[in-house]
Amino acid sequence: MQIGVSLPSDSPGVSGDLLLDWAKRTEQGPFSTLSVTDRMAWATYEPFATLAAAGAVTRRIGLMTAIAIAPLRGGALLAKSAATVDALSGGRFTLGLGIGPREDDYAAAGLDFRSRGRRLDTILEQLRAAFEGSGAGGPRNASLRGPRIVIGGLSDHAFARLARYGDGYVHGGGPAKSFAKAAEKARTAWTDGGRPGTPRLFGQGYFALGGAEVIERGRRSLKSYYAFLGPFAERITAGLLATPHAIAQYARSYADAGCDELLLLPTVPDLDQLERLADVVTNAGLANDGVRAAP
Amino acid sequence: MKVLVLGGGPGGLYAAILLRKVHPEWSVELIERNPSDATYGWGIVFSDRTLASFREADATSYREIVDRFVLWEVIEVRHLGEAIRCGGNVFAGMSRKVLLDVLQRRARELGVVLTFRTELGDPSRLEAYDLCIAADGANSFVRRSFASTFRPRVQLGRSKYAWFGTDQLFDAFTFIFRATEHGLFQAHVYPHIGAVATMVIECAESTWHAAGLDEASEAENVAFCERVFREDLGGHRILANKSDWLSFPTIRNRSWRHGRLVLLGDAAHTAHFSVGSGTKLAMEDAIALASAFGRHAVDVERALDEYELERRPVVEALQQAALESQEVFENSARYAHFSAPALAFHLLTRSSRISYDELRRRDSSFIDRIDSEFFDAHDERARPPGTRRLAPPPAFAPLRLRRLELANRVVLAPAPADGGRGLRGEAASAALVRSALGGAGLMLTEIFAVSPEGRITPDCSGIYRAETAAGLRRLAELVHEQTDTKLGVQIGHAGRRGSMRPRREGLDRPLEGGAAWPLLSASAIAYAPGHPLPSEMTRAAMDRVRDDFVRAARTVDRAGADLLQLHAAQGYLLWSFLSPVSNRRTDSWGGSLERRAAFPLEVVVAVREVWPDTKPLSVVLSASDWLDDGLGPDDVVAIARMLHDRGCDLAHVITGIVQFEGCPRYDAYASTLHSDRVRNESGIATLVAVRSATTDEINGILAAGRGDLCLLPPQPSEAGGFDPHTIVVEGGA
Repeated sequence: MQIGVSLPSDSPGVSGDLLLDWAKRTEQGPFSTLSVTDRMAWATYEPFATLAAAGAVTRRIGLMTAIAIAPLRGGALLAKSAATVDALSGGRFTLGLGIGPREDDYAAAGLDFRSRGRRLDTILEQLRAAFEGSGAGGPRNASLRGPRIVIGGLSDHAFARLARYGDGYVHGGGPAKSFAKAAEKARTAWTDGGRPGTPRLFGQGYFALGGAEVIERGRRSLKSYYAFLGPFAERITAGLLATPHAIAQYARSYADAGCDELLLLPTVPDLDQLERLADVVTNAGLANDGVRAAP
Repeated sequence: MKVLVLGGGPGGLYAAILLRKVHPEWSVELIERNPSDATYGWGIVFSDRTLASFREADATSYREIVDRFVLWEVIEVRHLGEAIRCGGNVFAGMSRKVLLDVLQRRARELGVVLTFRTELGDPSRLEAYDLCIAADGANSFVRRSFASTFRPRVQLGRSKYAWFGTDQLFDAFTFIFRATEHGLFQAHVYPHIGAVATMVIECAESTWHAAGLDEASEAENVAFCERVFREDLGGHRILANKSDWLSFPTIRNRSWRHGRLVLLGDAAHTAHFSVGSGTKLAMEDAIALASAFGRHAVDVERALDEYELERRPVVEALQQAALESQEVFENSARYAHFSAPALAFHLLTRSSRISYDELRRRDSSFIDRIDSEFFDAHDERARPPGTRRLAPPPAFAPLRLRRLELANRVVLAPAPADGGRGLRGEAASAALVRSALGGAGLMLTEIFAVSPEGRITPDCSGIYRAETAAGLRRLAELVHEQTDTKLGVQIGHAGRRGSMRPRREGLDRPLEGGAAWPLLSASAIAYAPGHPLPSEMTRAAMDRVRDDFVRAARTVDRAGADLLQLHAAQGYLLWSFLSPVSNRRTDSWGGSLERRAAFPLEVVVAVREVWPDTKPLSVVLSASDWLDDGLGPDDVVAIARMLHDRGCDLAHVITGIVQFEGCPRYDAYASTLHSDRVRNESGIATLVAVRSATTDEINGILAAGRGDLCLLPPQPSEAGGFDPHTIVVEGGA
């Protein structure tokens, strides 16, 4: 199993300098991927521009949107943005996408919320055509087929989209059991659809490392980010991985459940969070050969 | 703080008790419509885990409950003149009246003000309180008064049931099935407490009408039921107490809270009685509620949100299990032809929470009996009377299909639909033979197209090619020489879902330009927007395709394969005739289901004629179109019957994408449930895809009669390519 880390690009008030430093430093660590989130009605940096910048200051680390709210953009624009980041980074981009749960994001973009699922289906068709088309819509692909497409979401529709269009599936985070359930559905959809091989499976989790004060900052920022869920925000906050042991356990249980790549999201935008996480991952042997996915 | 509890059932009383314990400074009033000594219903059931939580919540009432309950261990199923018993289960039961007495006394002891024979009347009276708990039952007045906030959704069951008692003594949890001229009746009996056992009687609505119970008086109901179950009653009576015939409502609410008013127990959620948990859920709700108020003495709304947050997942999981259980009881006629042991096993594993292995742990002699009966049912050699068989588990029982003997019930299908990459020629054969060495009873090949235009993707193998036929012959030779595995070959025609790019690039991506080939289908409707239009098949084209299938069948037979499987699913050509979504013909091959099935059946009949009588013919069917105006599960049952009538011996019912619109259900048991329905309503044997390669799941499916063969999930190699299975299937228990 590989371990990726997210940029703290949704942390209110975080500076561009810090994000670029963060990106540069991830290359020295044991991480395979640098990811970003996407949210209109929040302070979040625009994901494609951010990854393009991160790609410019790095050479080998993968770049991924986890996840981009695809229906906020038209299919053509999304394809161009994705192809651009991919081309600028030398083919390191993975397009993770979904429909997103928040009405305010759609309101901010002036788009209808209820029809977002249908729009995603249309967008996925457009993406495929664009990535493999004559290049009329976007820069030439770094790779033959364009960026990998990874689907997020928990509905049956999400798994059907995976079977049809996806190369992989990205889970939103939570106890390993919930990942395992989703992973099984992903594999079922894949096999039922007659896709050869297996889908690449991504998991996610939130972390904060350090003293009690740092952990508390992390908790507060999670609570604030998820306030739109009402009482359920407590549940997410309670799942914050706040010790090296918790992170190691989480990673191992995810690997056992068949996760191919685990993305860890910081809740405190300090560079030392990255250093601490790199230490945990290295010392516990969590990345690559350290953690083998079960057959 | 002034608290009002509405409803004096176990949930309301327990909530009142626990709130007074956690906040003795609060004033708690409870009002109940009935008199304090009113009785209805008889016994209630708890599991041992529930009781442990009661002990923690309130030791005093717990001790009184424990003193008064009875522990039961055995579940018994009576069917077709046999009674089967399974031990090792743990239930505690007590009289509802006794429980209410215990809780009423405890409530008074703790200073709850109990007022009986009183209704709320006017909802605005609630405003005088700081917190209101609506524990007023499934027909909650409060929920109905504020329905716009709670947004209830009620799913009514399709059967009729009535809650009776009996003075016949039953010592086990007993399920009784009795056939009558009007249909099947079933009874759920809780063991006796004191002199009375609870007896819930259930039947299909059509049976209820046919028996005249829709117009019967209570006395007539009782007399009727006493006649139906007279053997079980042994001269004893059925007791009634406002025992009306009802349809079970599964109640859900979008929200459980309205300001500082909250729903608890049946008012918030109900679960089918066959899972026996209404009282348990209500009392556990009360525990969670009190606990939330223990954390938040002042912030009422926050406490209520936390209560809902904690209870909802547990309740919804139980409701899901209850719905699965309800499905089985409401479709019991489907299983009426099962032997008593098979029916017992099916019932015990009905909600997928109890597995074959778990039952073996609870009562190994019961599972020994199941294994033995299963083996006997498929073994023609008569067992001498008075002997016992030590049988292997169902997964390792042989199966006879026509004259083909499969050594066990495990099936492998190593290759994906379009053959993947690199599975060609010698290497492919060797890999498949290696799979077969693992010991599975049957191995299925990839789908071979019967003609070039019948391929799904350019990578699809074609049985019409001489090299393929030769390769298949070689494969069959090797498999038969070196293993005991039998070889099944799949053939099909992609129809309008053909001429697609290889599936490693995604699904349903049409080939373009010179690479594409013309498509055939029932009607000239493209598979998806922007896809090429297929031609509507003429009679001449139908003749040609039918002949292609026949030729293919002959080739497969000559190659030495043991079983032939026709692909009639997933929107390919044969399914495109079956489905009204793709078949809009106005000639004799379109219209009603029978007419839409005419051409596929013509192909089946023609194939059956050249495929030897001694060898089985199998067909793949999709479980559904997954569209409102498409084929549904009932249609698929009807199609399976038609196929069975024309000589098909096996059906593989699969989930997965069929039409471009429409979304399959991907929950774990969807394909098993569909297979169960097709098998038991049409009489055809079925092949089920299992989700995990465990004997527990396989034995469970087989012993419950949900399928006859189990297809293991593919196990791709770590290199990312598609290699055959590395599972080694060994026989024996």
